[in-house]
Amino acid sequence: MNAIEFRDVALGLGGRDVLADVSLEIATGEFVGVLGANGAGKTTLMRAVLGLVPASRGTIRVLGRPAARGNPAIGYMPQVRSSGSDLRLSGWGFVAGVVDGHRLGLPFASKGAHAEVDRVLDLVGASDLARRPLAEISGGEQQRLLLAQALIGRPQLLLLDEPLVNLDPHYQGDLVGLTKSLRAKLGVTVLFSAHELNPLLGALDRVLYLGRGQAALGTVDDVITGPVLSRLYGAEIDVVRLKGRIFVMSGGHDVERDTHRHDHGSRHQRTGSLLGAQHGDA
Amino acid sequence: MLEYDFMQNAFAAAAIVAIVSGLVGYFLVLRGQTFAGHALAHVGFTGATGAVLIGVTPIWGLVVLTVTAGVGMGAMGERLARRDVAIGIVLALSLGLGLLFLHFVTAYATQATALLFGNVLAVDVGTVWTLLWLGVVSTGTLAVISRPLLFASLQPELAEAKGVSLRLYSVLFLAIVALAVAECVQIVGVLLVFALMVGPAAAAQRLTIGIGSGLFLSAGLALLEAWTGIALAFYTDWPSSFWITALSAGIYLFTTLPTVGRAR
Repeated sequence: MNAIEFRDVALGLGGRDVLADVSLEIATGEFVGVLGANGAGKTTLMRAVLGLVPASRGTIRVLGRPAARGNPAIGYMPQVRSSGSDLRLSGWGFVAGVVDGHRLGLPFASKGAHAEVDRVLDLVGASDLARRPLAEISGGEQQRLLLAQALIGRPQLLLLDEPLVNLDPHYQGDLVGLTKSLRAKLGVTVLFSAHELNPLLGALDRVLYLGRGQAALGTVDDVITGPVLSRLYGAEIDVVRLKGRIFVMSGGHDVERDTHRHDHGSRHQRTGSLLGAQHGDA
Repeated sequence: MLEYDFMQNAFAAAAIVAIVSGLVGYFLVLRGQTFAGHALAHVGFTGATGAVLIGVTPIWGLVVLTVTAGVGMGAMGERLARRDVAIGIVLALSLGLGLLFLHFVTAYATQATALLFGNVLAVDVGTVWTLLWLGVVSTGTLAVISRPLLFASLQPELAEAKGVSLRLYSVLFLAIVALAVAECVQIVGVLLVFALMVGPAAAAQRLTIGIGSGLFLSAGLALLEAWTGIALAFYTDWPSSFWITALSAGIYLFTTLPTVGRAR
């Protein structure tokens, strides 16, 4: 059984096709890095797997069933837009708020819920963080709690949307390593979206690269090549490998790094790079 | 002071309203929607004065209009969140309309002052019973929806993915807030609902980081502030609303002191 199957899928957002005629299969237990420029459809693809964005054409199957909202087998870590929460609530309460959260009743944890929260906090190594208010821990530490929330209910498929955004390189490496070990320990399938490929290189099995409504899924060597990326970006792309790192260049600019900077509010138009052609995040 | 009927009524009304406000206010602060509480109170002024004009008890005018406005705000959701200009204009219009309605009734000044700043010492037994029933309805509904409401407040995107309707809980919660606001107006008036709905909840969240302890403390502080305020008003003859706002602000400021509000 495949974890995710797309058959001739088109996904629309606000009247515009974000993805068109995409077919792909992701096997259970795979670690897939999802890459692409802003607006390429990384978030939309995950929301489609969650059943929050319906396919305008084609079929999406998740763990053998049609994609539908409220699937308990999917753990989801949404993209964080701000650098951190200023809630004066304990990390424990923040994670516990997710357990059985769809059921009516009082928000107090049962014995089973208590054990579940302790289990996921232990898995992400955040048991100590959980005693402090969210407002007093760093963005990187808050990301661990978000990952713990995604693990509630023992999901078989983890969708992690840009968990590395706003993290410094040290924390990025920690989080990728943690995700890799969780995949090994729990046998879950992981979709991990990111702006940059390099932090994921040691962890991923295959890359899903999105661009201009199309998708390319394969090993790093198959997908991260000049011809494939030139097709996805609609521009001449060179792939430069240097000391085990990979740089995706267009007209002398590092495309992935430029996108990243762009996301942090830089509005400079870089002629020769792809920034001018990019839209908002989708 | 408890030998007087009006004092008994005042303490009973204040207890009911303080507990409702403390519990509802905790979620209001957690969700970052305190401004919505303020807005609903202003809309309530139009409702209360309109009710006086057509000869109905003001609290029913308050309830009808605040709940309608709360449901409307919840249904509009995100689209309303960024419209602070539109909200500001509606708030001003609400107070303006209330002023016009009061212009047409004779008991102008006392009614206006009571609605704007509250007059808990004038609460009668009938009103206490009304407050009790409204309080049971609002806290009862809150108890039933509190777990999905908390989920939707803490982690909206994940909640949506797990099948929780953000819109539904937004509407239900603002309807509950509207009832709490209508109750609060009886004690501290339209302009001062923050004193009971936001002050104790914000102080509680600085003092404790658990949900259960936060809710308990928020209601407890609201009760303490309301009762102490009324007792001080009895002995000083200063307005009870002044004392309640002073206590609310004082306790919140105390919790922000570096050595106190560490929430360990």
